Amino acid sequence: MNPLREDLNIIQQWIKPNSKVLDLGCGAGVLLKYLKEHKNVHGYGLEISPEKITACIQKGVNVIEQDLDKGLANFQDNSRDTVVMTHALQSVQRPDLLLDEMLRIGNEAIITFPNFGYWRTRFYLMLKGRMPMSKTLPYNWYDTPNIHLCTFRDFEVLCHEKGIRILNRTVVDDEYKEHLSINLWPSMLGETAIYHIKRK
Amino acid sequence: MPEVIAEDSVGLVTPQLIHFSEPLTLRSGKVLPSYDLMVETYGTLNADKSNAVLICHALSGDHHVAGYHSMEDKKPGWWDSAIGPGKAIDTNKYFVVGLNNLGGCSGSTGPTSINPETGKIYGPEFPMLAVRDWVTSQARLADHLGIKKWAAVVGGSLGGMQVLRWSIQYPERLDHALIIASAPKLSAQNIAFNEVARQAISKDPDFHNGYYHEHNTIPKTGLMQARMLGHITYLSAASMGNKFGRDLKYGKYNYSFAPEFEVESYLHYQGEKFSNSFDANTYMLMTRALDYFDPASDCDGDLVACLAQSQCKFLVVSFTTDWRFDPSRSEEIVNALIEANKDVSYACIESDHGHDAFLLPIPRYLEVFKAYMDGIEITGETN
Repeated sequence: MNPLREDLNIIQQWIKPNSKVLDLGCGAGVLLKYLKEHKNVHGYGLEISPEKITACIQKGVNVIEQDLDKGLANFQDNSRDTVVMTHALQSVQRPDLLLDEMLRIGNEAIITFPNFGYWRTRFYLMLKGRMPMSKTLPYNWYDTPNIHLCTFRDFEVLCHEKGIRILNRTVVDDEYKEHLSINLWPSMLGETAIYHIKRK
Repeated sequence: MPEVIAEDSVGLVTPQLIHFSEPLTLRSGKVLPSYDLMVETYGTLNADKSNAVLICHALSGDHHVAGYHSMEDKKPGWWDSAIGPGKAIDTNKYFVVGLNNLGGCSGSTGPTSINPETGKIYGPEFPMLAVRDWVTSQARLADHLGIKKWAAVVGGSLGGMQVLRWSIQYPERLDHALIIASAPKLSAQNIAFNEVARQAISKDPDFHNGYYHEHNTIPKTGLMQARMLGHITYLSAASMGNKFGRDLKYGKYNYSFAPEFEVESYLHYQGEKFSNSFDANTYMLMTRALDYFDPASDCDGDLVACLAQSQCKFLVVSFTTDWRFDPSRSEEIVNALIEANKDVSYACIESDHGHDAFLLPIPRYLEVFKAYMDGIEITGETN
């Protein structure tokens, strides 16, 4: 049985065996442990939550206590094959600069973030006139760590402006499941986006 | 005094003196013809000798790392918070080895020992030591114990420097390196503090150029001053503020230069205690070894190339208010390890306790420490 959550399972398929990975905001190290055990991937995870750092150490995953907002200058250019960031883009100070950093360090990057253009979010704002809250975005506007929410289209415009090539894109629902109907109209029906990108 | 010994203590322990008759050529070129190491162990070495952990001590530490020597002891060993059954370094799993380093004053051969060539106390004639000399002597201790490879080598501060040195000097002889509150070399400020401490000792009229034994005296004032200065650098402004504030001993100013503030009394007490138990020549030697430590200098100053020689996995830990070896110093090690593509984890522990935090039972620190140690796989049988 594959123990990985669906979005992480999609990501692991995009990562080559025996490669070097950096996971920004690696949480409890689930993805890195899977990649190490199943694909012989050498990884580092960055994390700031003490509990999650301990959880990584318990799993034998390399974890570095480091705040993404303080930069990634300690990682050399082209030192990693893939830089992964799941559900953190929307909570950093400057997503655009971090995106540059990811593609400076990694040959490729994989990013997931919640789609602010998801139909429920659009309707929530339109009908209630209040900042949308959902299972994926459970916070109030004033205490949310998600300070830079964007839609799929916003993200793709940014990639275009930066000359970043989108290798793959898929979307999943709020249970991180991928299915055909979502992909018919992803920017409206997809709740979480998963992008695989590379410099041109 | 422990009225009862806690269940998670290693209990009553007895050190042993081990003699080494093979001469040891030191970094300085001088040769120690033979030497003794005072050693203490906890737990049981397994059949294939794969569960051994070496503890490297810091400036004023020794072989008495955990447990008690007798029921009359006021305090347990210096790292008792981390070593014992069920603790971070679990003595149900590991065989733990602590030693007093060469040049020390707690039983191992050092300036207070008799020089076999002269029949007199070494005193200031004890040869200058480097961190690598300690590591070499520790490797010989491993040979003596039949340990080909340590499951882990662990140390804080100057102890962490020995761990770093282990990882490149004997890369095939350790699986894990735990470097806590340490640095890849001293900064100018660190060296400056050491020099003030040495000056305090060497300018004490009772120092007699290190030959104080011949004068039946000790440079007590100098040692006190050195320790008081050192102690300030081990604490943080916050921890001193929390502990003493501006509290007065007598509740009012006495308009004198005798100690009136609690912090003064505390420093006097620490200095007094230290000056009665520690050898001045050892203090001079240890601080100098700290100053000289710079393993990257063998690789043209390139710490990445230096650490590329290592084969073990690393845990590096720092503490937020440690200004003796502040977190950025640990991060130099971490970043070099990352650049060398080595396995490393790093935690920066929130603490008010300055450099001393590495000796204290801070919950998150011990959790990280224990998580790492518990995760180490021992191939052979454990108890």
